[in-house]
Amino acid sequence: MIVIFGLFLLTLLVITAIAIVRTNNLFVAVMLMGIASLLIAANFFLLDAADVALTEAAVGAGISTVLFLSALALTSERERAKSSNRLLSFTVVAAAALIIIYATFDKPRFGDPEAPVQTHVAPWYLEKTPEYIDIPNVVTAVLGSFRGYDTLGEVFVVFTAGIGVLFLLGGGVAAGSLPQEKINEGLRHHLIPRVVGRVLIPFILLFGLYVQFHGEYGPGGGFQAGAIIAASVILFALLEGEKRALSVVPERALLGLIACGPLLYGGVGLAGIVLGGNFLDYSVLSSDPVKGQQLGILLIEAGVGLSVTGVLLAIFHAFAARGR
Amino acid sequence: MTALIDTLSWVLLTLGGLSVLIGGIGALRMPDLYTRMHAASVTDSMGAILVLVGIMLQAGWSLATIKLIAILLFLLLTSPTSSYALASAALLAGTRPYAEAQQDEEETT
Amino acid sequence: MELLGLYHYWVFAILLMIGFYAVIAKRNLVKKLIGLSLFQAAVFLLYITMGKVDGGTAPIFSGDGATVFSNPLPQVLILTAIVVGISTTALGLGIVVRIKEEYGSIEEHEIQETDKR
Repeated sequence: MIVIFGLFLLTLLVITAIAIVRTNNLFVAVMLMGIASLLIAANFFLLDAADVALTEAAVGAGISTVLFLSALALTSERERAKSSNRLLSFTVVAAAALIIIYATFDKPRFGDPEAPVQTHVAPWYLEKTPEYIDIPNVVTAVLGSFRGYDTLGEVFVVFTAGIGVLFLLGGGVAAGSLPQEKINEGLRHHLIPRVVGRVLIPFILLFGLYVQFHGEYGPGGGFQAGAIIAASVILFALLEGEKRALSVVPERALLGLIACGPLLYGGVGLAGIVLGGNFLDYSVLSSDPVKGQQLGILLIEAGVGLSVTGVLLAIFHAFAARGR
Repeated sequence: MTALIDTLSWVLLTLGGLSVLIGGIGALRMPDLYTRMHAASVTDSMGAILVLVGIMLQAGWSLATIKLIAILLFLLLTSPTSSYALASAALLAGTRPYAEAQQDEEETT
Repeated sequence: MELLGLYHYWVFAILLMIGFYAVIAKRNLVKKLIGLSLFQAAVFLLYITMGKVDGGTAPIFSGDGATVFSNPLPQVLILTAIVVGISTTALGLGIVVRIKEEYGSIEEHEIQETDKR
């Protein structure tokens, strides 16, 4: 029965995607992207992926919209040209879609418990998590401990993106910037959002911390928490102005966060070697291997959260300070 | 007793769905931005309250109800603020209300 | 019932191709990035759809003794992929902003015209 609700959401998603591609106004396209992200997040939740739904909602609908809007403020908001080679592109795309749809007929039945993907290694992980790591959220256990090396690589990808954007945009002020007085005057019109924002920002931060530390017991973890905490500081920056936001969380603190995240993660890995185990082997971190695993997951999730917060905030400030 | 709570929650959820539908129809049919936001706010206020109270009745006295109350408070606080910010931004950008735009047309023709 | 499940995969195919069309046919660089985001979202949908098990719940051991769980492995993969996707989008947007500052336009054909001169 609930699958029908999923079909409804998917149909809305396709309609939104067509609208995104067809509109000329890029602001409209970005807003529709936010709607599409929320529809996808709802669909993920219907498909039993609670962690992924939270991440998609926080990162896709929240941070992605802010990044696109900051970039649009620095470039133009209207798409000027018509598409090129429309007939050829459309033919290629239609042919590829038909081939993929033909291929989907061979897929195992949707939800089949005997499908190859469900019987390969997943039962081993579901069985061994209570024995080796003993935390309720299997996704965090696999992400943090069993496949911890992949997550280390991902933290480094986030780090690289952060320093990449800082290289591209962090250099300083482009020509034709607004005078400082004009920026601060515009905040006068924001009285109601400022008052409501000041009430809400502490609770958003609290929720971000809750999500960070409850990643082991329910949906949550470092990525979602990083996105939520970054969103609260971005809200502060939008309401109070760029200067005050940079005085509250200065640039040096952001650089420290960006560096400390991967450092903490790699440090936990090296601590495993120093204490006699392998790289990223958390069992040796404490006298009881299971407790060691839990401590290790807690520390690396903290590293991930710090890294994601720092990088997202640095990217936002790089975009926002450009052309000022 | 449970049958009564069930029926009540069904009624609230249906009314909430109707409010969202009314808000959607209003957002499509209204002539300009300000009246559309006025219509869409029905979704944010009546729709959210009815649907969330309906779900709270289903959840009974549990942790989920407290979380739903927190969600409801958050929604009631933020959606009027974002409507205000949107209307204020539109006014600053120069979008004229429908009645004024019509008046201008009558004056020029 | 079979068709109900297949619909998920068809929506994946259509969404994939819509995103791909935006990347190859549109000339505006930001539109291309938006299309890339849609493409990535379609791939996420495919993986999570494949992980669903009939009558399962989210792979979290809660107290009420559920034994059928949906597959946690695609979820781990997609969790990473979402964050990597936003990182590459942010870097792409940084490059687009710099292109706008250097060439004065973000339309592909105008940039190529400026390059020829």
